[in-house]
Amino acid sequence: MGFVRKVWAIVAKDVAAELHTREMISAMLVFSVLALFIFSFALDLRGAMARAAAPGVLWATVAFAGTLGLSRSLAREQQTGCIDGLLLAPLDRSAIFFGKAIGNLIFMAVVEIVLLPLFSALFDTPLLQSGVLIVVALGTVGYAAVGTLLAAIAVNTRAREVMLPVLLLPLAIPALIAAVQATGGLVDGATWAEVGGWVRLLVVYDMVIVAVSMLTFGYVVEE
Amino acid sequence: MIKVNALVKSFGPRTALASVNLHVEAGEFVTLVGPNGAGKTTLLRILATLTRPTEGSMRIAGLDPIKAGEEARRTIGFLSHRTLLYDDLTAEQNLRFYAWMYDLDDGSSRITDLLEQVGLAARRHDLVRTFSRGMQQRLAVARAVLHRPQVLFLDEPYTGLDPNAAQVLTSLLTELAGAGCTILLTTHNLERGLEVGRRIIVLAQGRIVYDVPRAEVDSATFPKMYQQLTA
Repeated sequence: MGFVRKVWAIVAKDVAAELHTREMISAMLVFSVLALFIFSFALDLRGAMARAAAPGVLWATVAFAGTLGLSRSLAREQQTGCIDGLLLAPLDRSAIFFGKAIGNLIFMAVVEIVLLPLFSALFDTPLLQSGVLIVVALGTVGYAAVGTLLAAIAVNTRAREVMLPVLLLPLAIPALIAAVQATGGLVDGATWAEVGGWVRLLVVYDMVIVAVSMLTFGYVVEE
Repeated sequence: MIKVNALVKSFGPRTALASVNLHVEAGEFVTLVGPNGAGKTTLLRILATLTRPTEGSMRIAGLDPIKAGEEARRTIGFLSHRTLLYDDLTAEQNLRFYAWMYDLDDGSSRITDLLEQVGLAARRHDLVRTFSRGMQQRLAVARAVLHRPQVLFLDEPYTGLDPNAAQVLTSLLTELAGAGCTILLTTHNLERGLEVGRRIIVLAQGRIVYDVPRAEVDSATFPKMYQQLTA
């Protein structure tokens, strides 16, 4: 119970800090919407072409917007040494990981809530369906989890803004490929069984990443 | 209260601490002085469980921080020149967050008492980033003692404080020491170190080279001796 309470406290603290500044969410939202419009105009998407490109464009936008938020989330802990405050507290290091990862997941979800209807309208693609929403949720969980772990590594390097995408994108490739394929299949009218392989890959990826992050986060944040 | 045996910390080929032995009794107020790079911060960070030692053992309040980290951390308070406060939260939100982290049952009343004690009760709903450096450090003191630690580690806590804010901090520390809290404070300011500590330790090149009760230290000759010890 204490573990859950502390994870929740970290999430609530991140949400409260973001509500005071709104700098992370606004940056992620502005980036996402701009990326969406740029892709929309640059590719001159119509009909079948739009449907073919939509999953890739969607996940590229989510991935880059997510990277912005992940970087800021851990930088906030580092700014006035707050990460030391967390490490000094009597809690398992994995609680810090879960708290930060869930916070990042919430911020990414807020961006996706705005992004998906806009995306559906601009690309004339039926993204607001339960299957796609489940795939988006699974993909976002994996991306937020691996991103939180790697942001904790990158934040201690000199070129942290550059380092995070360099570390994150290669490790997120399995999740992004699975998410793009599953989203594409569902948009094209495939059944749940037909995209089952990609969805299972996403589930396994999420489980492995969460387990590895939980076990290694303590070593990453300690000196 | 604090027992350190043959503590070594190396960063690659560089040895920051070379076999440090230290025993501090409960309720002692110890000042650790030394030049920049002497290993003061490294020693405090190891004692506060923020950094792992390369070799050696230690006990804080009878607990091994490496084996029983969570229990040991309940007994430790840590204050440095960095406030460990969230700029984008209010003073009260910061303390409430840490009260949750330490499972305080009387969090609300404790926060109110501490904010009054450090003179920030009227600013409890203001964001920390709107505070002056002195106000932030006072709030950081409240954060450090929120969970009533048995041991308080202070790493250069006077950095950036004006004389008035420094005086407030000294009063708070004296009060805590009077209440039985064991305090280990590092500073490179000799005058300040002699003013507050009841035992003076000099650390140079990762070794303790001087360790005597404050009463035995002659304030007039100490600076010259310190120069020789740390040369």
